[in-house]
Amino acid sequence: MREKILAAIDKNSKISAADLAIMLGSTEEEITSIIKQMEEETIICGYPTLINWDKVQCERVTALIELKVTPQRGLGFDKIAERIYQFDEVQSVYLMSGGFDLTVILEGKTMREVANFVSEKLAPMEAILSTATHFVLKKYKEHGLPLVQTKQDERMLITP
Amino acid sequence: MRNPLAKSVIEIQPSGIRKFFDIVSEMKDAISLGVGEPDFDTPWHIREEGIYSLEKGKTFYTSNAGLKELKMEICNYLKRRFDLSYDFNKETIVTVGGSEAIDIALRAMLEPGDEVLVPQPCYVSYHPCTVLAGGKPVIIELKGENDFKLTIEQLIAAITDKTKIMILAYPNNPTGAIMTYDDLKALVDIIIEKDIIVISDEIYSELTYGSKHVSIASFPGMKERTVVINGFSKSYAMTGWRLGYAVGPAAIIEQMVKIHQFAIMCAPTTSQYAGIEAVKNGDTDVEMMRDAYDKRRRYLIHALRGMGLECFEPYGAFYVFPCIKSLGMTSEEFSTRLLQEEKVAIVPGTAFGECGEGYLRISYAYSIENLKIALERIERFVARYRK
Repeated sequence: MREKILAAIDKNSKISAADLAIMLGSTEEEITSIIKQMEEETIICGYPTLINWDKVQCERVTALIELKVTPQRGLGFDKIAERIYQFDEVQSVYLMSGGFDLTVILEGKTMREVANFVSEKLAPMEAILSTATHFVLKKYKEHGLPLVQTKQDERMLITP
Repeated sequence: MRNPLAKSVIEIQPSGIRKFFDIVSEMKDAISLGVGEPDFDTPWHIREEGIYSLEKGKTFYTSNAGLKELKMEICNYLKRRFDLSYDFNKETIVTVGGSEAIDIALRAMLEPGDEVLVPQPCYVSYHPCTVLAGGKPVIIELKGENDFKLTIEQLIAAITDKTKIMILAYPNNPTGAIMTYDDLKALVDIIIEKDIIVISDEIYSELTYGSKHVSIASFPGMKERTVVINGFSKSYAMTGWRLGYAVGPAAIIEQMVKIHQFAIMCAPTTSQYAGIEAVKNGDTDVEMMRDAYDKRRRYLIHALRGMGLECFEPYGAFYVFPCIKSLGMTSEEFSTRLLQEEKVAIVPGTAFGECGEGYLRISYAYSIENLKIALERIERFVARYRK
């Protein structure tokens, strides 16, 4: 049931427990209690909203930064990742396989703000060997949902 | 001028759905729960394969019965999913949708006066295709109290010396009914004893909820007397690609290929290439869609029962078939008034045979959000007329 609930709310966290109960053949109480449990176990870590900021009159830039870092003895990459993700500007941090070690996704108001953050906060960290900053020009799809779409139902109204 | 028209064609009634469609299309901003096709787009990897085939210039006829690779993959798929074994070479034909397969199967087998058992309510083409092929449709009126399954008693009562074919369509459009292993098993002996050929329209075979689809062709003694019709429209959301197929005894398929060859040539080449990808790598898409339909199905049944409408639980396809007899209206009255007063289009059960009277076909090939809006309106409507 846990997986079923998670799959159902993955793309739409606004479904009510009552509706979920009907759709999954369960009871509202059971759904509520399972969701609560998963929140407590931090399986569910939050309910953010997917916003297409391009449509809002509001300056905002996103950058993806590749970091090469020196892992610390006994702590690996976790310690340095933790130092990075504490910054409010940082949206996501992933440990990567391949040519570099960490991907950091940053959001700022302007390119200058992001650039300053990288040069003043990230690059000087002792463990960080190099940074490569890529600015996002346009977002097409996030969290499995296309951001650019207004699809109409093109089916005929009645078909056999 | 002489009458240019054939009497046999003039006498065929236009589909009841067509009539209703004309009313609906005049109504602006109506919302519909009336379609018989998936709301999903064809999965991208399948569309991409079609596009790729065009880019490579694969724009020629294929062999009449279809691309060899597609036929082989269809046979692999039928084995994998439903434990049906067919020879891709002699027992498989790729058609323009399941509809063509139904037509040519009937035409390949019927002689004037042969009787065809057509359990109704059912898809709209069985009756006219039988007539056009020179056969005589014998309607079996399925009953709500049997959850619209075909019972042995009803079957026996309908069989005569002239009965040659029975059309079996489960999971069923419009009722959503399925026939389980046991339901089918009960019919098999009499079918064999009376030497009846079955055309089994299994186009919704991937859309069953709770149990896996069972094909009547998988029973001992049935494979040699069954033509299984299936296709890509419902399972892979590929209605517009017009791609279906039939598998059955080599002797029947051979004659079907002959008609297909002269009437059609071959199914669309682009669609066939896309079809290979679908049937080979599409299992997870099917699962995703089935899962979504199942949620909506539960939601819809819950809401309809909440309105006090009697509604048996359908375990297949994407339709529910609620009973509205308690409101004292005919199916057509209900549908027409609902459309005029609340601007919701649903199909009256009578579009699928007279015994659909008192029922409605509601499709759940719509997002939950759409269903919610429509259900609120239906609820308001029902409450108004229940007084």
